[in-house]
Amino acid sequence: MPGTVQSIERAATLLHAIVESGGQMGVTELAAAVGLPKTTTHGLLRTLLAVGFVEQDPRTGRYALGAGLLGLGSRYLDANELRSRASNWADSLAGRSGCAVRLGTPAGPQVVVVHHVFRPDDSPQELEVGALLPAHATAVGKVLLAGRPAMARALADGPLEALTARTVVDPAVLLAQLQAVRGRGWAEQRDEYRLGTGGIAAPVYGPGGLVVGALGISGPVERLFADTARPALRAMVVEAAAAVSRELAS
Amino acid sequence: MTERYVLAVDQGTTSTRSIVFDRAGRLVAVRQREHRQHFPRPGWVEHDPEEIWANTQLTAAQALRDVASAPGQVVALGIANQRETTVVWDRATGRPVVNALVWQDTRTGPLVEQLAARPDAGLVRERTGLELAGYFAGPRLRWVLDAVPGARARAERGELLCGTMESWLVWNLTGGTDGGVHVTDVTNASRTLLMDVRTCRWDPDLLDFFGVPAAMLPGICPSVGVLGTARALPVPLPIGGALGDQQAALFGQTCFAPGEAKCTYGTGSFLLQNTGTDLVRSRHGLISTVAYQLAGEPVHYALEGSIAVTGALVQWLRDSLGLIGSAAEVETLARTVADNGGCYVVPAFSGLLAPHWAGRARGLVAGLTSYVTKGHLARAALEATGWQTRDVVRAMDADSGLPLTALRVDGGMTTNNLLMQFLADVLGTPVVRPMVGETVSLGAAYAAGLAVGVWSDTGALRRNWHRSAQWSPDPRRVAALDAAYPEWERAVRLSIAWGERA
Repeated sequence: MPGTVQSIERAATLLHAIVESGGQMGVTELAAAVGLPKTTTHGLLRTLLAVGFVEQDPRTGRYALGAGLLGLGSRYLDANELRSRASNWADSLAGRSGCAVRLGTPAGPQVVVVHHVFRPDDSPQELEVGALLPAHATAVGKVLLAGRPAMARALADGPLEALTARTVVDPAVLLAQLQAVRGRGWAEQRDEYRLGTGGIAAPVYGPGGLVVGALGISGPVERLFADTARPALRAMVVEAAAAVSRELAS
Repeated sequence: MTERYVLAVDQGTTSTRSIVFDRAGRLVAVRQREHRQHFPRPGWVEHDPEEIWANTQLTAAQALRDVASAPGQVVALGIANQRETTVVWDRATGRPVVNALVWQDTRTGPLVEQLAARPDAGLVRERTGLELAGYFAGPRLRWVLDAVPGARARAERGELLCGTMESWLVWNLTGGTDGGVHVTDVTNASRTLLMDVRTCRWDPDLLDFFGVPAAMLPGICPSVGVLGTARALPVPLPIGGALGDQQAALFGQTCFAPGEAKCTYGTGSFLLQNTGTDLVRSRHGLISTVAYQLAGEPVHYALEGSIAVTGALVQWLRDSLGLIGSAAEVETLARTVADNGGCYVVPAFSGLLAPHWAGRARGLVAGLTSYVTKGHLARAALEATGWQTRDVVRAMDADSGLPLTALRVDGGMTTNNLLMQFLADVLGTPVVRPMVGETVSLGAAYAAGLAVGVWSDTGALRRNWHRSAQWSPDPRRVAALDAAYPEWERAVRLSIAWGERA
């Protein structure tokens, strides 16, 4: 049997110590409780703080269990629940942008559409709830890949299918794009899924801070990427996704 | 030209919402506040009218403040209200004499049975187009006059006023004890059992039958037309319209042509079909009600099918059985199985409304075998909403002679795709959801905006309506559900028979 990883063990011991204390503990107290040097304890606590597993009282400097830890144990977010919470905001995004709206969640290496609002022009359209989309070629897919590193790694291992001449098929290029998406909080695709159409999407976060979905608009490239429209559309998408995240947190 | 906005107040059963819409019918601001539900005895449900009035002022002021810096101006106020909930108040002090009796309140049951036994009871259906049922406002008014000492004499002297929720709000908004306008809109008046549905006037014979003095009644006004000026808001606004909430949803869905229908899926569900300027009398268990009236124009009528329990059945699975953690999860559970496993749920928790009107019917689960899982139960619960809609649509087709070509839906349950597809299949018609889900508020805003010229006519409103989703019937499923319908009908007959045993 392989040995255990020491730092994980130590981190767990620290968390147990905080639980046993029934509240908050200072770093000296914690170091004594787990029998580690204060500097080592401090280093562990800083990492736990960064991932949200502990929180520090800004006034006293003492540590308590973090919201990120509580989020881990919370129920898996039901796709139908997600749709019902997102519905008003998705409608309003479609109304304001004039574009079709899709809300996607991860389905293996693909994206499953859990909610779809028609383009508000009353033209014949098919409801695409339940349809699967390729993650690497869609804006909603790129948002999910950026927020779910495991999903991205699984995809980058295999060959990326070229759906158009513009589809990103080089895993290294895709990973660089995902890095950028993480940084700025939205993703775009242009001609990468179907020639002539593009998409803009932004992440929806669950109560624990995990990316649980991607909310996006799609439409003709010349409309989505016109210099006059592009910044406003982007802002609408980011705003709507943030509103759904707030809805999920409440 | 600067943007013009309309403020809508949706005074609902659980909360009061103030929503601002722009000319494209898009939502600009929303404020909401819940009020307390009082249950003084089993079957009694009350609201405090003063709390509701305070919430109306508060949320309206907040919503107006939200748009104060926006590039536009709020130019009118429209009101939609929970229907049949009845308020009686003192003209001089402005204080309610009792809490409001809410539409869910069943205390008038024995009184209605007594009244129904009178030889002249046939008058009610003939004049009002409604069933003589405790669901409507008139019997509640009679109950207050009987129960509160001195109330009848004071009402006869004109010291007490009464009305449904929109009357109470309009009276307060326009000044209350200081010159408040005492009116009701014709859609609300049509649900009291006191109005002649053809003349749209209070009917002396009906007032006599229920023992209600004319002196306490509000004036009946069109739904679209300025009722007065709301002086009790930070900005004085003309009150351009008022409608009962289900009629407001019909208006918000722009069902202006005869034959057009909508169904709002909430705790209960309400299907209304515009029948134009002709009053269609139901021979199949629906009620004839006023749809809306534009000032100076004839009244438009609707046939209504009210279903008491639809979303409430899903809440029951959640709260009483604990099968699901949230209402939306019912779809997840229902999708764990391919069909209902032979199981039917008739949610006659407090009887059945349209088209059966069987107050004593009680709920049942039929077709239980050891094969049935909670997944089948969840599916049967959702299907109950579809089957009940089919009962109402079938009655409506028979009554109106205007077969439904598509059903416009709104309300919380429309995010349930399994249910929406089932509806399309069980009705054999497309089911269409509009872009603005807040159709009740939108309808109130449309009414008020039309009155002050924000929109020129109903055609302008139609152009604001857009489809956000559509479910089309699958011919194979349609045939299979046609074949299964008699099973549902059998289950309904059993639930009615079960209630009649006593």
